[in-house]
Amino acid sequence: MTEEIIIAGFGGQGVLSMGKILAYSGIMQDQEVSWMPSYGPEMRGGTANVTVILSDERISSPIINKFDTAIILNQQSLDKFESSVKPGGVLIYDGNGITRHPERTDISIYRVDAAEEAATMKSAKIFNMIVLGGYLKAKPMVKLENVIKGLVKSLPERHHALIPLNEKAIKRGMEIVRTVHEPSLN
Amino acid sequence: MKEYVLMKGNEAIAEAAILAGADAYFGYPITPQSEVLEYLMAEKPHERTGMVVLQAESEVAAINMVYGGAGCGRKVFTSSSSPGISLKQEGLSYIAGAELPCLVVNVVRAGPGLGTIQTAQSDYFQSVKGGGHGDYRLIVLAPASVQEMADFVGLGFDLAFKYRNPAMILTDGALGQMMEKVMFSEQQPRMTEFPEWATTGKSPGRERNIITSLDLDSAQQEKFNLKLQAKYRKMEEEEVRYELIDCQDAEYLLVAYGTSARICQKSVQLAREKGIKVGLLRPITLFPFPKKPLKDMAPNLKGILSVEMSAGQMVEDVLLAVNGRVRVEHFGRMGGMIPSPDEITGALENIFIKGTDHG
Amino acid sequence: MAENLKTQDIIKAENLVYSKTPVLTDNVMHYCPGCGHGTAHRLIAEVIEEMDIQADTIGIAPVGCSVLMYNYLDIDMQQAAHGRAPAIATAVKRLMPAKYVFTYQGDGDLAAIGTAETIHACNRGENIAIFFVNNGIYGMTGGQMAPTTLPNMKSSTSPYGRDVELMGNPLKITELVAQLPGTWYVTRQAVHTPSAVRKAKKAVRRAFENQKLKKGLSLIEIVSNCNSGWKMSPVQANAWMEENMLPFYPLGDIKLEGNLLAKE
Repeated sequence: MTEEIIIAGFGGQGVLSMGKILAYSGIMQDQEVSWMPSYGPEMRGGTANVTVILSDERISSPIINKFDTAIILNQQSLDKFESSVKPGGVLIYDGNGITRHPERTDISIYRVDAAEEAATMKSAKIFNMIVLGGYLKAKPMVKLENVIKGLVKSLPERHHALIPLNEKAIKRGMEIVRTVHEPSLN
Repeated sequence: MKEYVLMKGNEAIAEAAILAGADAYFGYPITPQSEVLEYLMAEKPHERTGMVVLQAESEVAAINMVYGGAGCGRKVFTSSSSPGISLKQEGLSYIAGAELPCLVVNVVRAGPGLGTIQTAQSDYFQSVKGGGHGDYRLIVLAPASVQEMADFVGLGFDLAFKYRNPAMILTDGALGQMMEKVMFSEQQPRMTEFPEWATTGKSPGRERNIITSLDLDSAQQEKFNLKLQAKYRKMEEEEVRYELIDCQDAEYLLVAYGTSARICQKSVQLAREKGIKVGLLRPITLFPFPKKPLKDMAPNLKGILSVEMSAGQMVEDVLLAVNGRVRVEHFGRMGGMIPSPDEITGALENIFIKGTDHG
Repeated sequence: MAENLKTQDIIKAENLVYSKTPVLTDNVMHYCPGCGHGTAHRLIAEVIEEMDIQADTIGIAPVGCSVLMYNYLDIDMQQAAHGRAPAIATAVKRLMPAKYVFTYQGDGDLAAIGTAETIHACNRGENIAIFFVNNGIYGMTGGQMAPTTLPNMKSSTSPYGRDVELMGNPLKITELVAQLPGTWYVTRQAVHTPSAVRKAKKAVRRAFENQKLKKGLSLIEIVSNCNSGWKMSPVQANAWMEENMLPFYPLGDIKLEGNLLAKE
């Protein structure tokens, strides 16, 4: 079983750290993992993306152009990666600032309005954890308990006090994610 | 208890060096390898093992600090990326000429010139054919995973000391920046005894030790060069490393190292799904190059596609190895572009099966 | 009295007034007669003997006339690429802090191609000694213009004299590094007269002693002649040096115990 994920958005949205937590969660359930970022000037305020692969087998290419799941956090990324989702795959996006919504009919589309929810919860930093919660609900590839273990591993110890808040955010994301389209509904 | 950690390739190299009992690191920042120096500075290895870490004023200074440390018989290393490695070539030539062991990491980015910070494999010639002036070779290791980035640090030091020769880990921006899980070996103690040739201070009763690459007498210099060549031949006999993937029934062979080898593994799967019998030979040592397995496999193959993020550098060594026994072509992307697995499969089909592309 | 002294008397131990330090090897030096390198080597070797640190000293030879210095000093030595000796010395000292480490460099090596390594080793305050022999010319390669070549001075690459408008000014790198907080002792000496040699030896000794203090780098410039490169006899060269070099590169201490000395 292999799950190939692209997470894409603006630099500063926590794209890379969400990927890291996901990858660590994979390790916690004895999977092979890879985390391949776009790097360089793109990171500084521009678009940022990371490819995360979780697999029960040795991972061949960490660099891929077709994904099982796309987690999309801005319009640019939606425009760029919507077509890269494999037929039957999953696209999760935050509706904030989106003017052209996803149009594919052969994939499952979910929406998690994490930016709005983070504002409600008065913590911009947990934005990416709300998104992650949405992903975990839409596609339960990793167990929540392993995500929490992954958080412990990937956060520096001085930030461990924030883990309960992060867990709360993940759970909130699981609640607010909603189905926009499923191929079977056609 | 040992456990897997998730780490970038660059960080894994730094951690592995501390654990290998390295005595010193000298480096200068350049993307995409700066994490090596950053990680070392953050880890305070001077407290963990007594290891020296110094940010030099330039890549030139850094490689000469490596010369100085290696001349004292210590395990020293440096890292950089392509433009910085070009600056180190003078020092590497001197290190090879003085027969000093050391480790150099090149996290390759695209060139020429300042090029771009994105990944590439266009420093192959520079790495395996010498790079600096004079007839010399580096031992060149090409990791294809973060685990190998870590493992090859110890291996590189071992080979460097075994042959009194600089070793290079030739990796690329993608492997340096990507994270995978990695398991580290136990902490090795730093050396307490040093090779007899090292400049550790002329103790009474022994001859003075001199580290130099100079011999003005041409007959002596030729003799020294022959000695170096014999050393390189020995490496070719004893140190060739490679991995074969799905080669048993292969009619076509991909040859690729580093990030390209990872992508090619997926290409092999894709091609086999289409019924094309493809295998992959992944050189792990680029010098010494796995000439013999290529030569031996050649008669049973219909074609070899050398895949490299370059204009076609390694392909020349593949051509030399098979010496006309089978058709060899190159496929690659340049400038920081990374070929996708199906792009490679497509190239293989177009060149060898459909004949629509002449390589 | 000298007329009555027989060979047998001369070699008697009680008549011995000078002997070669065992820290110098028996190899015949390749330097031109009248060159200052031999004297400078001897001073370093004598200080190593007197301080009894032969087993604890590592020297770094440059590229230039003194590239073969390791043939003449009986200590462990490394030979550096052109200009890189301070980088090598940095690593040697950091890996073996209890050892005495020095570089020996000419003006082209230290003040042209190796300027960055020189300035940064000085600025980091590496606890090493740098011996800098300045003869205003590239001797080994055949008398080309050096960074320290005087204005209007002729060399094979300034055959009509150094035109500072075209070729730049001579670089007083010793005064320059004295400004840096990492230098502890900076001085300019010469080895062309017995009294200069005595002063220079004190400076060499101080440079080695300073390494025990761990207060920073000691740089000893030795202004010397290059009679071959200057195309003069040794005697003429020394006279020319006094007349032309020393007014531009005045002898004496520039920085003592970390303090810049006021100009007289």
